[in-house]
Amino acid sequence: MKLTGAQVIWETILQHGTNVVFGYPGGAILPTYDALVDYQDRVHHVLVRHEENAALAADAYFRATGKVGVCMATSGPGATNLVTGLANAMMDSSAVVAITGQVASHLVGSDAFQETDVTGVTLPITKHNYLVMDVNELPQVMAEAFYIARSGRPGPVLVDICKDVQQKMVDYEPITSVQMRGYRAIKPHGRQNIPTLLQRAKELIDQARRPVILAGQGIKHGNAHEEFRAFVEKSGIPVATTLLGIGVLSEDHPLNLRMMGMHGEAYVNQAIANADLLIALGMRFDDRVTGNLKTYAKNARVIHVDIDAAEINKNVPADVGIVGSVKDILRELTPMIEKRSYPTWMEQINEWRADTKARDVLNVELPDDMLLAPHVMRAIWEETKGECTICTDVGQHQMWETQYFQHTRKNQLITSGGLGTMGFALPAAIGAKFGRPDDEVWAIAGDGGFQMSIPELATVMQENLNIKIAIINNNFLGMVRQWQELMHNHRYSAVEMWTPDFVKLAQAYGMCGMRATNLKEAREVIRRAREHDGPVLIEFVVEKETNVFPMIQPGKSLNEMTRRPIQPAALGGGMEFMKEKAH
Amino acid sequence: MLIDRVEAQKNPTKHTLVALVENKPGVLNRVASLMRRRNFNIESLAVGTTEDPTISRMTFVIDASKTNAALVERNLYKLVNVIDVQDVTDLPTVVRELALIKVRVTDAQHRGEIKQIADMFQSRVVDVAKESVIIEVTGEEQKVDSILNVLQDYGILEVVRTGRIAMTRG
Ligand SMILES: Cc1ncc(C[n+]2csc(CCOP(=O)(O)OP(=O)(O)O)c2C)c(N)n1
Repeated sequence: MKLTGAQVIWETILQHGTNVVFGYPGGAILPTYDALVDYQDRVHHVLVRHEENAALAADAYFRATGKVGVCMATSGPGATNLVTGLANAMMDSSAVVAITGQVASHLVGSDAFQETDVTGVTLPITKHNYLVMDVNELPQVMAEAFYIARSGRPGPVLVDICKDVQQKMVDYEPITSVQMRGYRAIKPHGRQNIPTLLQRAKELIDQARRPVILAGQGIKHGNAHEEFRAFVEKSGIPVATTLLGIGVLSEDHPLNLRMMGMHGEAYVNQAIANADLLIALGMRFDDRVTGNLKTYAKNARVIHVDIDAAEINKNVPADVGIVGSVKDILRELTPMIEKRSYPTWMEQINEWRADTKARDVLNVELPDDMLLAPHVMRAIWEETKGECTICTDVGQHQMWETQYFQHTRKNQLITSGGLGTMGFALPAAIGAKFGRPDDEVWAIAGDGGFQMSIPELATVMQENLNIKIAIINNNFLGMVRQWQELMHNHRYSAVEMWTPDFVKLAQAYGMCGMRATNLKEAREVIRRAREHDGPVLIEFVVEKETNVFPMIQPGKSLNEMTRRPIQPAALGGGMEFMKEKAH
Repeated sequence: MLIDRVEAQKNPTKHTLVALVENKPGVLNRVASLMRRRNFNIESLAVGTTEDPTISRMTFVIDASKTNAALVERNLYKLVNVIDVQDVTDLPTVVRELALIKVRVTDAQHRGEIKQIADMFQSRVVDVAKESVIIEVTGEEQKVDSILNVLQDYGILEVVRTGRIAMTRG
């Protein structure tokens, strides 16, 4: 059939099961928006207020659904505004297809109005990108873009399409299978012999006395939750998750130790530091997870399974490195191993865990005029009974969320890991809500990050999205303030932050706004927000100078972490314990 | 030639990678961008066409004491336009480099001596001017290094080297 380039774009998007596109129009993408009029009943276009948020929403849409997220922008400034969102998708391996308009093909290279070398700009932050100057290539390129984005290690793909290409006609047949000369979803890793590697992995597992599984997001992307749980339960090995691995196993599972790394609980890092075997599945030994590499898990053998060959031996040398999907590898490995348990090892871990529990800030009874962010996180968890999707921003509140919300559902937490993109929470909640329309969706942000995404309140209203927004207001760029306090001798520089009246702001957007300044109010507004059928913004006014502990300071080892101070059972005389210095 | 086979052993940290890539605009840029982004240190890179006009061939020389050659190989594989990558360091290979060397000549005697040196290295004088000659030399790196060394005394005005290219034997 004969279609215009613009129609090919919409056809391909629909063909891949995506029916929401986050975007912003402009001159060079106008023909595609023109064609949208005829696709309106099948594709829902969400007009964001900034292109960065289109990319972030598409990213979260992928994480919420497993379907490729699509964002769209015009050439030049529209396309360059996508950059942060694409970098975010690249770092967190999200399947996103970005479609950008480009000046007409005869103008490319002439510094035409709103021309930018977008494929050049996005080269290092996309899995692949294309500039399409000939409409005959467009059907193939679009099919490849979706295939590359979703297959293997997922990632963002950008397709920059000249304006005239969108207008020209082409013979179009839906392309159902893509054959590419170079690209294979899983690249052959040298001459790897999987049966031998599995055998060696089995031997290491047999010999281990203090093993720990390090579970990452690869398990989610490979949809290997079932295989993973089977492996964990048969092997009897406790699991530590990365930030993005949260949700690969319910956090009430007895073998789930919870999050590792810079702000992971002390007992989790202690277990890793003392392990004699690490089984890393779909994780990449990010520096936020390992601390100082020289001292990282010194006595541990390492089995590393990843779909991306370039991750094996990148940061931590593997005794057994296997390139493949976690799902396939675990299907073969689980039947090979014996059913075991590690009572002595678990007893040791539980001893460490008890010490962590004793230090928990939740042991503190708060006075009536005080609210701490950890208590807010716990209150949201208790009120929702954990039955919701959470999108966080980046900063202290993000880490408290991981510590004080117990994640029991699959892919429940959507957060910016690798790039740490402030401003993520609200656009992510928008993307997640389109992906999971029946789910309760919360955006949790700091007062800093939220001010980076305020304009999207308008999108929430225009789309009438039932999203609950929690702003944790400490009047500081909290995480940066924490670093300045602990590592720069309390010299605060550019971290104090004036904030607008968030409740009035919500009202200006026609949204329900509420505020809480103590725990009783906090519970009350959470309840009321949940009952309200529509978007709600809540400002939680919290203690300004609370720190996230435990913490591994940069360059330090896992077992050099700064612990939480021991908490008094009741607060007694003031807040000083909250600010206790590193020791 | 034995010299080719032992080359890898003489220089154990030098790794030679050969990549076949799609001959499309921008592929070299993608490769270069990857190397820079990953902070990989590439000593030489030679690119050219092959028997198949849709495929180009790239030869990389990497100092493995600075850059992990296996990681370079696996990262290259991540690029969508890369068809095949092979580390040929430990394989029997023919390795060559081409260099053009412009040498200063002051008189006829000099010119004669330079011609002789060129002959000894089985290389050719390809340009003669009033005050200089250009010598074309091909061979493995050591050979190019050696002739450069010898010509040093005459005054080298300009040098261009293609970087290493390699092909497995048989
Ligand atoms: C776009 C962006 N700019 C800067 C940073 C650096 N940064 C990391 S955390 C943080 C402070 C966040 O403050 P806020 O949003 O108020 O959250 P809090 O830490 O107080 O919970 C900053 C500035 C970042 N991660 N992203």
